[in-house]
Amino acid sequence: MSTASTPGVVRDAVDDPVKTGPSDGPRTRTTGHRTGYLLYVAGKLGGAAVSLFAILVTSFFLFRIIPGDPVKAMTHGKPTSVEQMATLRKQFGLDLPMWQQFTEYCAKALTGDLGTSYQFHAPVGELIAEKVPATLLLTGVAVLIYSTLGLWLGTRSAWRHGGLGDRINTGVALTLWSVPSFWLGLLLIIVFSVGIGPIPGMFPSGGMESGNETGFAHVLDVAHHMVLPVVTLVAVGYAQTLLVMRSSLLDEMGSDYLTTARAKGLRDDLVRRKHAVPNAMLPTVTMVFINLGHVAAGSILVETVFSWPGLGGLFYQALSVPDLPVVQGLFVVFAGAMILMNLLADLLYPLLDPRVGR
Amino acid sequence: MTIDKTPPNPSESGDSSEASEASGSLTEMPGTPTDGTAPPQTTGAPAATAKAAAPSASSLMWARRRASVSRFWRQYRTHRAGLIGLAGLAVIALIALTSPLFIGGDVQSVTDAPGTALESPSGEFPLGTDQFGRSLLGLLIWGARISLVVGLLAAALSVAIGTLVGIVAGHFGGWFATVVMRITDWFLVMPALVLAIVLATVMSRSIWTVILAIGVTSWPTTARLVRAQTIAIESRPYIERARALGGGHGHVMTRHVLPNVMPLVLAQTTLGISTAILTEATLAFLGLGDPSVVSWGGMLQDAREAGAVSSGHWWYLAPPGIAIAVVALAFTLCGRAIEAVLNPKLGVSR
Repeated sequence: MSTASTPGVVRDAVDDPVKTGPSDGPRTRTTGHRTGYLLYVAGKLGGAAVSLFAILVTSFFLFRIIPGDPVKAMTHGKPTSVEQMATLRKQFGLDLPMWQQFTEYCAKALTGDLGTSYQFHAPVGELIAEKVPATLLLTGVAVLIYSTLGLWLGTRSAWRHGGLGDRINTGVALTLWSVPSFWLGLLLIIVFSVGIGPIPGMFPSGGMESGNETGFAHVLDVAHHMVLPVVTLVAVGYAQTLLVMRSSLLDEMGSDYLTTARAKGLRDDLVRRKHAVPNAMLPTVTMVFINLGHVAAGSILVETVFSWPGLGGLFYQALSVPDLPVVQGLFVVFAGAMILMNLLADLLYPLLDPRVGR
Repeated sequence: MTIDKTPPNPSESGDSSEASEASGSLTEMPGTPTDGTAPPQTTGAPAATAKAAAPSASSLMWARRRASVSRFWRQYRTHRAGLIGLAGLAVIALIALTSPLFIGGDVQSVTDAPGTALESPSGEFPLGTDQFGRSLLGLLIWGARISLVVGLLAAALSVAIGTLVGIVAGHFGGWFATVVMRITDWFLVMPALVLAIVLATVMSRSIWTVILAIGVTSWPTTARLVRAQTIAIESRPYIERARALGGGHGHVMTRHVLPNVMPLVLAQTTLGISTAILTEATLAFLGLGDPSVVSWGGMLQDAREAGAVSSGHWWYLAPPGIAIAVVALAFTLCGRAIEAVLNPKLGVSR
């Protein structure tokens, strides 16, 4: 569950790709296709750079100003002498003026140095880097499955909208969307891992691997561990894709070109596959990219519940201390992932839909 | 449900996002003949007011508003899912409001808990007890108050910020609006949950922190929608008339634009509440909630810490999650029904 996934946002996301297209540019072919696209790319890259900088600013001020003295937070509950605190301040560069701290923070962040963890006494950058593959694996598989599922169910739902199948489809999706992901995960663990009644515990309750397998057995083992977390992510996430696909296909359904296609004798199935769906796919493709960005953050809960050794699990560990440099670093990474995915969607969109970005 | 003649070209229908949302004609209840009673689109009506002069302007206004509310209700009634959601909400609100009558605040007291730790469901404790021996049914009902209050206030805060930003940006336009909407877009891109978690982490633990963290991270969608609607409204002739009669910025924004974006705001609030309740549960589950009050997310965190998962105590875990899901679903159903009434093109199934 990502919090931003209200049905309201769903509709907004439909507009998103369109909104990103230049709204005021003259849509003539005189400038030529290629230059137009390059200009568009340059604009989007610039926008992304500004957004990234804004995130650095936000993360600096969020963590430096609001919590008060970081050294006090660090040594909270431990007897610390004034000299020790002064040394710590010097060590973390907190004795410098604010603007100097800020420029240093930015310079370091750009070179990948995100500070040192209070908890693990290791560079935050390294901590994050070693957790990235696990998160990518889990969320990549989940996004792939739920996008496909959402597209397929959304298409079916819209094509026979108002019917029983549509109502059941949307009803189930909305219900699952309303379920807190962490709760669903815990429940799945009880049912399928601990086992209740006649159901035996057939899946591991957490972690990513059992340890000693190698080669193909290891792959199977990881897949076995992935079943429950992926099911949780898919169950909670597919509603969004379904609803976007459904509403964008509904938008297409009254179109004249579909009537024409039918009038020239195409079968209903072909009208849907060759004409309606490709057009309705465009907003949904963007949606998938935005989901990819969101899911890194959205997997925090699922990774926590299933003790998956990824970014989300690290985030939770850092929160409970609180290990502010790690939280701060992950905040930058999560937000950066969002911006990157949005940028990718923006760049892909004109290639998929030639009407945009000329 | 009418799905006729929607523009086939998605990039046309949403260029700069005003067009598509505005064309949905969110203020005037669609499907009814424009009989001159709907407040926004009648330029003739104010003139008639001046001529008749017998009923005062405000009584006329209230009569019109009553009419549009009853028209809204007539259409809302046809959405079965919306009615189910509304009925569910009524029951839950009743339980939450009357809970002080049959269970007191001492239900969350750890020191004089009535039962022993982690009892299974029984006659005395229908849902069992937690690790401190407190009745889980009592906690569940008591927790409804926190979850609902936080959900309502956070959604209200978020929608208030969004409406303010949206109206101001839509009204003034120019570079000011460009800057404001850039900031809005930036917030829209941010992972809201992460931002809320970070805010809740760096501030002190209390309900107000949670409300603030949810409220300030979830407003951008509303701001975008309200801005689009504001631009649509301000292009209508009666706004020009109001300006010609000497109405200033404040007058136009509060007396003309605000009442017309209210239906949209209502739909956004309803949808926002379910998100806010889910976020509240999430924050509480991560241990970022107010430790001194019982909420559904907090109960789930307690359950996890008490080892309910590994020992298979599903009766401890299941109820709070079901409660969260039911409330979130009820608000979502209502919100979608409201949206469908305001904008039938969305094709929400009834």
